[in-house]
Amino acid sequence: MYDMKALYQAKSVKDAVALRLAHPEAQIIAGGSDVLVQMREGRRAGAELISIQTLDEIRGVSLDADGTLRIGSLTSFSHITRDPLIQKYINVLGEAVDQVGGPQIRNIGTIGGNTCNGVTSADSASTLHAWDAVVELTGPEGVRRQSIHDFYIKAGKVDLREGEIQTAILIPKESYENCFGHYIKYAMRNAMDIATLGTSVNVRLSADKKTVERARVAFGVAGPVPLRAETAERFAAGQPVSLELAERFAQAVKEDINPRDSWRAARDFRLHIAVESAKRAFIESVKLAGGDL
Amino acid sequence: MEKHNIQYQTVRFNLNGKDVERTVDVRASLTDMLRNDFRMTSVKKGCEVGECGACNVLIDGEAFNSCIYLAVWAEGKKVRTLEGLLGPNGELSDIQQAFVDEAAIQCGFCSPGFILTAVEILESGKEYTDAELRKLLSGHLCRCTGYENILRAVKKTMYKRLGKELPR
Repeated sequence: MYDMKALYQAKSVKDAVALRLAHPEAQIIAGGSDVLVQMREGRRAGAELISIQTLDEIRGVSLDADGTLRIGSLTSFSHITRDPLIQKYINVLGEAVDQVGGPQIRNIGTIGGNTCNGVTSADSASTLHAWDAVVELTGPEGVRRQSIHDFYIKAGKVDLREGEIQTAILIPKESYENCFGHYIKYAMRNAMDIATLGTSVNVRLSADKKTVERARVAFGVAGPVPLRAETAERFAAGQPVSLELAERFAQAVKEDINPRDSWRAARDFRLHIAVESAKRAFIESVKLAGGDL
Repeated sequence: MEKHNIQYQTVRFNLNGKDVERTVDVRASLTDMLRNDFRMTSVKKGCEVGECGACNVLIDGEAFNSCIYLAVWAEGKKVRTLEGLLGPNGELSDIQQAFVDEAAIQCGFCSPGFILTAVEILESGKEYTDAELRKLLSGHLCRCTGYENILRAVKKTMYKRLGKELPR
């Protein structure tokens, strides 16, 4: 038995919004792999829950008319990994979320929950930041779209307003077209572990594959929220593809990240693996994009 | 302390091929309901926070830790537990027999969970490498350290079902 005060089960997105307004103190529960564990630990003991688990209307991956890739917030990690649209346009996201927890966790855990809990170590977060994802929120006034960079306010806090629920993660066409990326999760174990550092890089090369048109890199656990290393990105843009570029791009990430000491790893160690991971992920991304180095 | 009323809800679902219905306390996990209301004692209470996999069941063909799954979410679902693998006269299924043959069991506490994940793997009809199988089985803890034999049991059954020779 869980120590919950009440359970409100939403029957539709509209119903979920109404329940949010009626019970502002209640916690939203999607897959439950965070909320129920926290409730068991006592951190959320006695809370009211609004369950959106059964809202199939916000589950699944599709393409909008303008080419935007739409990932319903309740889509589980394993379904994202197996989805043909994800594999075609943003394969790195499928690979990143395939490293969350273990198989059963990936069957229940949702991308919406992974972002709404505002945790810097979330395996989806660095890739979503690196691909300039847009968060779709549905509330009493209708639908609102917000850049994922602004969605994260501080550790554990996202911009989810009164009456709102997150209904989708969107990847605009401009963001994924001709882009290829790679994610590196640095953790102590191969399964059931939380990232010591997460690094997601993606590149778009020129038609002749000789020049980096755009490179993007984002980290998890390199700061209180997932963040981009824009100095490195500016440095790489327009540069000819080379191993030396990979090295200098990777060194430049230190300008923008600010990891901390924690029981998992020291700040200096995180800085070290951030550079090494950025380099390896950059090289892999260039190779995936058809570049030669 | 603030008092509140106990909230009940009726859940209709399919358990091991049979349509069932129960009125449960909404605070119950699926583990609670399966063990207490249906006596499905193969569903073990281990860590109860989704880490050990002892409570694993199949819901619409996918593996879930039933300890972090609310009982009321089972509405309309097809739930399978180890009990559902047995033949009409209690015969073991091929994967259960493989666990016996390969000595993939010591205390047995992790076995039902492992076997149901194995069923999900086997029913995909795909051939996996050892590395892929290890990853697919990684959501279960065995404290008797029997992972190698478990891997062997799953691998052997996978090849058998695919009609192929087990590579040496």
